[in-house]
Amino acid sequence: MTALTLTNVNKSFGSVEVLNDINIEVDEGEFVVFVGPSGCGKSTLLRVIAGLEDVSSGEVRIGGELMNLIPPSKRGIAMVFQSYALYPHLNVRKNMSLALKQEGQSKQVIEERVAKASKMLNLEPYIDRYPSELSGGQRQRVAIGRAIVREPKLFLFDEPLSNLDAALRMNTRLEIANLHQQLDASMIYVTHDQTEAMTLADKIVVLRDGHVEQVGTPMELYNNPANQFVAGFLGAPSMNFFPASLIGESTDVTTGIRPEDLFLSDDGPVAADVTHIEHLGGDTNIIARMQDHQITARLFGQHQLDVGRTVRFGFSLDRVFRFDPQGKRLDNA
Amino acid sequence: MNKARSNPLNTAAMHGALILYTLIALFPVFVIIINSFKTRRAIFREPLALPDAESFSLIGYQTVMKQGDFFLYFQNSLIVTVVSLTFILLFGAMAAFALSEYRFKGNLLMGLYLALGIMIPIRIGTVAILDLMVATGLVNTLWALIFVYTAQGLPLAVFILSEFMRQVSDDLKDAGRIDGLSEYTIFFRLVLPLVRPAMATVAVFNMIPIWNDLWFPLILAPAEETKTLTLGSQVFIGQFVTDWNAVLSALSMAILPVLVLYVIFSRQLIRGITSGAVK
Repeated sequence: MTALTLTNVNKSFGSVEVLNDINIEVDEGEFVVFVGPSGCGKSTLLRVIAGLEDVSSGEVRIGGELMNLIPPSKRGIAMVFQSYALYPHLNVRKNMSLALKQEGQSKQVIEERVAKASKMLNLEPYIDRYPSELSGGQRQRVAIGRAIVREPKLFLFDEPLSNLDAALRMNTRLEIANLHQQLDASMIYVTHDQTEAMTLADKIVVLRDGHVEQVGTPMELYNNPANQFVAGFLGAPSMNFFPASLIGESTDVTTGIRPEDLFLSDDGPVAADVTHIEHLGGDTNIIARMQDHQITARLFGQHQLDVGRTVRFGFSLDRVFRFDPQGKRLDNA
Repeated sequence: MNKARSNPLNTAAMHGALILYTLIALFPVFVIIINSFKTRRAIFREPLALPDAESFSLIGYQTVMKQGDFFLYFQNSLIVTVVSLTFILLFGAMAAFALSEYRFKGNLLMGLYLALGIMIPIRIGTVAILDLMVATGLVNTLWALIFVYTAQGLPLAVFILSEFMRQVSDDLKDAGRIDGLSEYTIFFRLVLPLVRPAMATVAVFNMIPIWNDLWFPLILAPAEETKTLTLGSQVFIGQFVTDWNAVLSALSMAILPVLVLYVIFSRQLIRGITSGAVK
């Protein structure tokens, strides 16, 4: 069964078109990540699903039911916000139980669910504290707890990790992944961070300028991007692009090679001047200039190279992507 | 803590300045109160002396109590001030919420229209207001004053509150909507507590002019049973003779309730600032 179906969804604010003919399906229990640069409409799309914005045209179906005119609280969804959005005047317990009270659940059910959620998220020691007395990570867990207690058909996450520091972000990411396994619920997760997208998603939806660029599993998108935008957006450091003429192929084609597919080779076809080296310990990133194009190579292990030296890179031809002038992927040269 | 801030010399200087300012601000009040307890002769001979056994007198208070129904005036002033403030805060906040929260046609124009009143003194319309009150039979009722003061206070209230409400996190309101709270609950339970400092500011700004106003009570409600305190005190000020004992006693008593209201609102102000925010 499908948890969410979007059919020809359009949304415009006045004359500005924010979403353009979006068609997406989310299966039951699937973890779907919407990813794209800022301003691509991914948050608006999430708000449309939540019912916080109306669609200009098209259909939103949750669990098969048409939801266009149903208010957010009746859609069977729960949402976790970037700014946590906890009620400042309520303690953790009341923050989590408010929605259930509004639904008219019995006291016993409320208590059970709050106890279960706070155990799952290790919130028990803080249950009587107010949001102002919690750290950022704890607040985010309360926000997630507030979503869990509702036992929704669909979880919506709006950049939930972007206010956390790097270490905490990694931990919370793992917690969310665990949560998805434990709850076996359908989740939609919005982020601009391609690492979060790659690590969490069953399915990634790449958005740009209000329309869907490509949908697929993380590895499909990584190995088989439909266009130059998707190829450049996923993977870090991002893919190198340069005219194919630089490696002796036809002229109006753009070549793309991932930094991890380049290796040092004395008789390699690509010659470049090293401009900067990033030592990451496990990896070494070499940033070099090849005529007017910057290329990045990611080498495994530690390498000592002098800035300014000319090096030659090799690559295997089956790891080369080719794109036409419109950015569309060409199957092979 | 910052070293400069904890330096005892700086702290002393800071407190010194604040204490000095407090003394200057409280001095007139002090003079009014001590003189209200003195005989007429003592008031003029030594205005700054404290009342002693010889100069102590309650004659001013006795006059005030005898002449006219002072407690009724007092009650009228209090009713007018409190009810007007309630209306200003309630309707001002509601209008501000609508303007800052909802997208609708003419939102900007409506906001400008509501703020226009800041620039136009309401007293220009006195004649028209009087006509209106006569036509509706509201002359010599407290409602006449309450309506006028509410109208007078709303523009600034809407202006200030809508600015503050724009700063309340959208996520918080959306979280409320997803949790099934009605727009009214979101307004009263989520938004109002967060703009409490602004509400207190608006209340203080509006309270003093309403309490002290002489113009509208004189024109719209001069009857004995609707006189406000300020208007009631005018009987002691004559063109040739002024009963200073009575005037000072009336003023001393008029200060009290404003002081109490002010303490309440400033407490709200502090609590609003220190309550837990969104992040």
